Amino acid sequence: MAYKRSQVLICGGTGCTSSGSMTLVKELKKELVKHDILDEVEVVATGCFGLCELGPVVIVYPEGTFYSRVEAADIPELVEEHLVKGRPLDRLIYTEKGDGHHPLSINELGFFKTQKRIALANCGVINPENIDEYIAFDGYLALEKVLLTMTPVDVINEVKASGLRGRGGGGFPTGLKWQFAHDAVSEDGVKFVACNADEGDPGAFMDRSVLEGDPHALIEAMAIAGFAVGASKGYVYVRAEYPIAVNRLQIAIDQAKEYGLLGENIFDTDFSFDLEIRLGAGAFVCGEETALMNSIEGKRGEPRPRPPFPANKGLFGKPTVLNNVETYANIPAIILKGAEWFASVGTEKSKGTKVFALGGKINNTGLLEIPMGTTLREIVFEIGGGIPNGKAFKAAQTGGPSGGCIPASLLDTKIDYDNLIAIGSMMGSGGLIVMDEDNCMVDVARFFLDFTQDESCGKCPPCRIGTKRMLEILERICDGKGIEGDIERLEELAVGIKASALCGLGQTAPNPVLSTIRYFRDEYEAHINDKKCPAGVCKHLLDFTINPDTCKGCGICAKKCPADAITGEKKKPYTIDTAKCIKCGACIEACPFGSISKG
Amino acid sequence: MAKSLAELKAIREKKLNEINLRHGKNGYRVVVGMATCGIAAGARPVMVKLMEEVDAKGLVDVTVAQTGCIGSCRLEPIVEVYDANNEKVTYVHMTPEKVAKVVDQHLAQGKVVDEYTMTVVDGKVIDPTVKG
Repeated sequence: MAYKRSQVLICGGTGCTSSGSMTLVKELKKELVKHDILDEVEVVATGCFGLCELGPVVIVYPEGTFYSRVEAADIPELVEEHLVKGRPLDRLIYTEKGDGHHPLSINELGFFKTQKRIALANCGVINPENIDEYIAFDGYLALEKVLLTMTPVDVINEVKASGLRGRGGGGFPTGLKWQFAHDAVSEDGVKFVACNADEGDPGAFMDRSVLEGDPHALIEAMAIAGFAVGASKGYVYVRAEYPIAVNRLQIAIDQAKEYGLLGENIFDTDFSFDLEIRLGAGAFVCGEETALMNSIEGKRGEPRPRPPFPANKGLFGKPTVLNNVETYANIPAIILKGAEWFASVGTEKSKGTKVFALGGKINNTGLLEIPMGTTLREIVFEIGGGIPNGKAFKAAQTGGPSGGCIPASLLDTKIDYDNLIAIGSMMGSGGLIVMDEDNCMVDVARFFLDFTQDESCGKCPPCRIGTKRMLEILERICDGKGIEGDIERLEELAVGIKASALCGLGQTAPNPVLSTIRYFRDEYEAHINDKKCPAGVCKHLLDFTINPDTCKGCGICAKKCPADAITGEKKKPYTIDTAKCIKCGACIEACPFGSISKG
Repeated sequence: MAKSLAELKAIREKKLNEINLRHGKNGYRVVVGMATCGIAAGARPVMVKLMEEVDAKGLVDVTVAQTGCIGSCRLEPIVEVYDANNEKVTYVHMTPEKVAKVVDQHLAQGKVVDEYTMTVVDGKVIDPTVKG
């Protein structure tokens, strides 16, 4: 590529295009030719900047000068002044809150300001494949403190006092779990520690990030748990789809063994502890604790009835303490800084922080850790930077396929275990999917149920058959074949499945359906009664039409249509044959005049 | 070899010195986000180029390390440069070409390459994805 001295970025997102940014591109190229500098300046149409209200937006690099609300008439002056004479055109520079400044460190961004990092403290800071760096940041100091100065009961009391609850979804108090495993009697004295790293929720990658960014924290915490409950062997159950995480964890285990931080008589005490990785084959049900333990034992990944609970009869029939990755990642900090410090963060019944993987219709997709009690509004609009393309927030899904959606009216809910349950969702492992006005809530429910139905192990009938029936009803609603009473049938099935399924997967599978009915019942009714999809998602309920008043008869849509459903004469309005139309939407994207609509 | 408590303490102090106290204007610690998100965005060739350039310029006081996910996955590949005072500069959307310039300007001459840092307007990171 030839060297260009300057790049001009023009936003080609939906918002800016509709305010005329593509005319700017043409105008700009014309002016560059006029000044004979087309070879020196690169013009780039970009995706949405997320500042649609300031559009059309133009940025000139290398200076990073940010121009807002640029019109075609401004272009000759802009080229003349900025690109020829090298003087930024002050009158167009956006100055209200800064003209595109360059913060040096990423931590200055709003994305980081309200975060508090405990579980992720080392992620993005240390080299995960170098044990010395972990040690430098007080690594294995908590293990030292536990082995040399504390008793198992001390450790359990400390974890109890911290108020730490399971970060995998259920929110069971971790200290209590350790207490049960500690108190449980094992005939031959063998107990186990296990870690659930089988992160299967669509869009969730909290545990992966800890394993990839700070694997030694998990090793140290599991050794501490082993000391607390009297176990000398641990298993990490991690999905094989996480090759980098598996690799880094194995490197970390090998390094810890070399340093004597795993193995016989750690720090010359009587305590010995060893860790082993077991790979999961990607079955969602194996994130359920009893199915996970079956899988580690080499059996089929199916849940078993509880009780007996794992703390009494877990892996290989021995007392076992099982926590997820993020829960463990909090342990070293609790031991070092104290339960009181940890309990000072968060809400009354939910202490500490929670890691969320933020995805969907949101500007700042990524990983964040916030104190419990942060509102959903802060997460979506401050940390997440709001919804792209100027669209409206509709709902957020927490807890993945086991959770529920939270509508805009509940944006100010403080996020903690109990509040989320109260509004019909759940904390889950930390996936947070944001949906905007273009998402159909019936389709969302259908998507999640399709997932759980597919992942059902088939052992118990309520889950195997019940979720199948629910999915069939949802599919026919989306296909425009919904009949009166379908909502009630869904609710009845949901209540039955929740009460009777064997494991967490089945018991929580109806949640997305129940919560979408609870908050978006009108959308279900529109699908069933009016055969309409208000969000314009369910294809069978859509009709594509060309507005004859604005159609210029250019024929671009007819060329793009893969089904040859659009016909017409040049310079006269075209028409769509609805019988042939496959509702792919290619024509809407292609039309330069916005003349095609669906509804 | 199993380490005694004293040896661990020694490692802790030595490594912390290495990480925190870098002397002279060339004393930088450079970390590259190499979690799944970073690698998927192209962090590996950035890392390779970074090490080649540091080597080629003989910058002995510069340490290069990989690290985990910093959270802003959409800005990956991210390269962060910590100076002797532990102040850091974050470069986003890095490429092998860009990283070569960072080595030349920032690591060798101490001049921050502003154009590769983030551009923030109205509290939002201007983060264009170039349309093909």
